Amino acid sequence: MAIDALSTADWAAVWLTLRLATVTTVILLLVGTPLAWWLARTRSRWKGPVGAVVALPLVLPPTVLGFYLLVAMGPQGPVGRVTEALGIGLLPFTFAGLVVGSVFYSMPFVVQPLQNAFEAVGERMLEAAATLRAGPWDTFFTVVVPLARPGFVTASILGFAHTVGEFGVVLMIGGNIPERTRVVSVAIYDHVEALEYAEAHLLAGGMLVFSFVVLLALYTRKGVKAWR
Amino acid sequence: MALSPAAAAARSIAARFRVDWPGFVLDVDLALPGRGVTALFGHSGSGKTTLLRCIAGLQRGEAVHLAFGDEVWEDSARGLFVPTHRRPLGYVFQEASLFPHLTVAQNLAFGQRRVARTERRVSLEAAVELLGIGHLLGRAPATLSGGERQRVAIARALATSPRLLLMDEPLAALDLKRKHEILPYLERLHDELEVPVLYVSHSPDEVARLADHVVLLDQGRAIAEGGLVDTLARLDLPTAFSDEAGVVIEAQVGAHDERYHLTRLDFAGGQVLVARRPEAPGRRLRFRVHARDVSLARSRAADTSITNLLPVTVTALADADTPAHVLVRLDAAGTPLVARITRRSCDQLGVAPGCAMWAQIKTVALLA
Repeated sequence: MAIDALSTADWAAVWLTLRLATVTTVILLLVGTPLAWWLARTRSRWKGPVGAVVALPLVLPPTVLGFYLLVAMGPQGPVGRVTEALGIGLLPFTFAGLVVGSVFYSMPFVVQPLQNAFEAVGERMLEAAATLRAGPWDTFFTVVVPLARPGFVTASILGFAHTVGEFGVVLMIGGNIPERTRVVSVAIYDHVEALEYAEAHLLAGGMLVFSFVVLLALYTRKGVKAWR
Repeated sequence: MALSPAAAAARSIAARFRVDWPGFVLDVDLALPGRGVTALFGHSGSGKTTLLRCIAGLQRGEAVHLAFGDEVWEDSARGLFVPTHRRPLGYVFQEASLFPHLTVAQNLAFGQRRVARTERRVSLEAAVELLGIGHLLGRAPATLSGGERQRVAIARALATSPRLLLMDEPLAALDLKRKHEILPYLERLHDELEVPVLYVSHSPDEVARLADHVVLLDQGRAIAEGGLVDTLARLDLPTAFSDEAGVVIEAQVGAHDERYHLTRLDFAGGQVLVARRPEAPGRRLRFRVHARDVSLARSRAADTSITNLLPVTVTALADADTPAHVLVRLDAAGTPLVARITRRSCDQLGVAPGCAMWAQIKTVALLA
């Protein structure tokens, strides 16, 4: 039913949103894991400042983040100059630009659960592994990752869901180009602006159900004790 | 089984550590035997656990030189530090610290898999058998009792074929019943493996039962070091033993007296009778004689209910834990004894170094 009800353009927006959220989540796990590990383990005086920067998107209006990213990635910005020099071109109003914006914007939703999970593993497990001849990398993959698995699941779910739900940053950096930067949240905005409430309902209802199911899964899982 | 003296010397442990933290200093320079069980003994806060962690490489000191036999593990003068996972040691923590995401069998295999095949001298089966955990292999650590967990942790450390076994109060987190469940396994370890063990403890009974060699630590310094029997009998070290002053004697089961239900224990300085033991004649046993259970007489008392009388020579006197008492160090044909008597009796009997006397031993505590 929904397949007929949604226009091709709306299906493109759904597909684009899922692609953006997937790419963003994968990048965030790759970048966020070492960052969270460092935050969980370091005694450096940079721990506080770095932790605060990672958490900024939690409190900043997306327009602020979007604005600075736009400037940085623009032709006069430091990132823009590098990407142009590399022959990639400018990132604003491209899918890659959206990914960059989403990675920053969803960062705390991935880093914080991972950091908590790493801290919960505890020093003793690492020491025990070392006395059993496991080097640091070995210990990370055979002890830390399995023990922090619930943290990885939470981080992936939150990172994915938060990226699906973003609007402001996308609008600032990506604009509204069908099939390239027009994600579901922007499409809903367009439908409402055009007074196409039926289409808006379908997409908005879909988002509502998706978000509820994700959070339900998250909260029900937390009740399950993986290991004691 | 037994190492030649030269081989044992080659495996000895030279440890010089300085750790200087606010409120805590560890400053030791030790040469520990490369065989048998060496107890690092002292009050909490004496630095014994810190010393063990430094030897394992879990903690860094400042002026450090650590060598195991002819291998140097750490030398701050040369900037040399072999990380923990490259040191051929086994470590048993106070809490078992098993990996909760692995079964018992997987925990045991974790360390062993990481040891080169040619270096494996202790098989998984041998470690499992020695600690009696064959029936637990498929279980998750969370389902084990405290005592079972600690046995698995010991087996896990052994399965890496360590050339040095470090144990940090492995019994401290257990109740008395569990302690008695594990002690026999530790004794088997001592008897059946030739791995040198450094054993941290604050319990005189554990030390007396398991150790061959003792290092007494106090406020980050080694205040005494030596063989178990000699060190425990020293009068100048009452602080750590205080109310538990006494000696440990190695004896052999001599004979059983079925009529009176007694067993005779023979040792260098004589013999004592104790309540019937299950061990066969010839078995080695250790027993403790607390100073408070030893009294002195000028002559051999015939009219006493005390069975165990030994001729002794007084070698030294020292203050006891209360002003009313003195500690008297005695020599029973080479075996040291300590008696705790009142200052009044001491004066009345005229106890002085060189006196020949009779020691009356009220009870002995067998450590098995």
